[in-house]
Amino acid sequence: MQPPAAKGAGDSAGENREAIVRARGIKVGFGATNIIDGLDLDVYRGEVLGVVGGSGTGKSVLLRTLVGLLPRRGGTIEMFGVDVDSANTEERRAVERRWGILFQQGALFSSLTVKQNIQVPMREHLQMPQALMDELAELKIAMVGLNPDAADKFPSELSGGMIKRASLARALALDPDLVFLDEPTSGLDPIGAADFDDLISKMRETLGLTVFMVTHDLDSLFSICDRVAALGNKKILVAGDLKTVIENPDPWIQEYFRGKRARGMAARISRS
Amino acid sequence: MDQRPALSVTGSGDSLVLSASGNWTVLEAERLDNEIGQVLKVPGGVRRVDIDLSGIDRFDTAGAWLIHRTARELIKGGAEVAYTGIGPSREILLGEVEKSDHEPAPPRKSPPIVLQMVEDTGNVVIESGRDLAKLTELLGNSLIIMVSFVFKPWKFRLTSITFHLEYMALRAVPIIALISFLIGGIILQQGAYQLRYFGAEILSIDLAGILVLREIGLILTAIMVAGRSGSAITAEIGSMKMREEIDALQTLALDPVEVLIVPRMIALIIAMPLLTFVADMAALTGAGLVAWIYIDMPPASYIPYLRNAVEVNTFLVGLIKAPFMALVIGMIACLEGLQVQGSAESLGRQTTASVVKAIFMVIVLDGLFAMFFAAIDY
Repeated sequence: MQPPAAKGAGDSAGENREAIVRARGIKVGFGATNIIDGLDLDVYRGEVLGVVGGSGTGKSVLLRTLVGLLPRRGGTIEMFGVDVDSANTEERRAVERRWGILFQQGALFSSLTVKQNIQVPMREHLQMPQALMDELAELKIAMVGLNPDAADKFPSELSGGMIKRASLARALALDPDLVFLDEPTSGLDPIGAADFDDLISKMRETLGLTVFMVTHDLDSLFSICDRVAALGNKKILVAGDLKTVIENPDPWIQEYFRGKRARGMAARISRS
Repeated sequence: MDQRPALSVTGSGDSLVLSASGNWTVLEAERLDNEIGQVLKVPGGVRRVDIDLSGIDRFDTAGAWLIHRTARELIKGGAEVAYTGIGPSREILLGEVEKSDHEPAPPRKSPPIVLQMVEDTGNVVIESGRDLAKLTELLGNSLIIMVSFVFKPWKFRLTSITFHLEYMALRAVPIIALISFLIGGIILQQGAYQLRYFGAEILSIDLAGILVLREIGLILTAIMVAGRSGSAITAEIGSMKMREEIDALQTLALDPVEVLIVPRMIALIIAMPLLTFVADMAALTGAGLVAWIYIDMPPASYIPYLRNAVEVNTFLVGLIKAPFMALVIGMIACLEGLQVQGSAESLGRQTTASVVKAIFMVIVLDGLFAMFFAAIDY
């Protein structure tokens, strides 16, 4: 893929797009300290947003807060135009059904096979004949690049990369509009990680998927993210296309993107 | 969302047009599945089918799969299939689905149930044999290390042993004392109640004294220790095994048996006789209390009577057995811990197995001891 920055339009073009996640003034903390304080973030339909930040800046906390796994101390979250605080249970269920989450460790149910794992959301939320569920589960398994014989394996029989793929297949089981990925490529070898990036961008193209991705993987950032949001000082330091982010003077961002591992790519983007 | 999906058939003769409309999404998949089932019953002789997708509102992988499956079936039936009204993104999606369609893996074969049972039984026997071999190996290994402490006393892990002793012995005292106290009282009460018919109430003290000191105090303690410390040992060693900490020890040129297992074994071997003594005393106290209330035997006469009723060897029989019970419980707990595999269920399974096997072995061993002591007339 071309680096997204080639579009060159900056973040201003995004203002007109529909924000399917709109977070305002988010405040989350544990004990006496706030991890996140006054954070604003939009995720636009159809984009791949990469969230970066040093360890402990609350990337995963942000993700878990957005999906409602962590309580907030303040702020509002709007998902698909629904304010999650004022929504009733039914509305919230409907919203939850429209997103899928890939947890860092996969979080596959260990007592179920891969196929059964993928069928859990189908079985719980829809009434579908078993034959069709089998077909769809096998389809998802193939789409995320797993061998067909992985279908009847248990999570304990899978390698790290296979678990990520199986978990993505489960996240995509109901064809969500929005997927949250928590470090999807961590623990994968470069080839596996590149495959995974391809997979995500292909899904985005074909399904119109919106992706919120917490990542440390510079390659992912450069190759598939449309926008990057850098976390720091308890809020978003800067959000925008890669060029905007790279040119931000914040020392952490400079170190992150100008470090040895990133230098080549960052230089290329700055030139473009 | 209110766009009901539909698939209508038009055209005639050997050429048909299937027009899809509405939302072809996973939420509607069930209805679509039924509808397609109807459509696929078209009479034979159809040579050309056009599938028109232009009416589709929302389209996802489930919809794409259903379209693709329909087309596949039609092609199998000898028809030529073409898509019309397909946008570029839908074409990619259909292409993806097509690429991902292959024969499902054959289901894992399972042999007939009788054969399965025979196989399972065989496996259990083989597994038990292996367990025994491993247990022997571990026992030998631990004993060698324990003996080597005589020559290399600086290798003795006093801190570790003390730490385990606190948990295994000291903190187990209240619960073991409590249950033994109760059981001692119950034995005396039951004995007195039954022996009253023979006018031999007083013999219930002999009964309680001998039974408690020879068997009950020890068995209760062993079962409690197996449930409390045995399971803890399995869980500790198992979770270390699970997180590769045992492998890490080995790569640091440390022997897991020496570092993890021997200190626990030694602590358990020290703890068991102490706890058995506590259990004995608590049970006899309980019996004494019930004797006072139930058969009007105040402590002042209960104690001298008991002293005559039981001999020192009765008391020693229980205590002699204690270290062996500790050895069995500790060995089984450690071995089960080492057999934990990568998953948390396996940890739970081995912990359960550890407790069950340890209690079983404690009772078997107690039976062997009973025969042994009877044979040597002790």
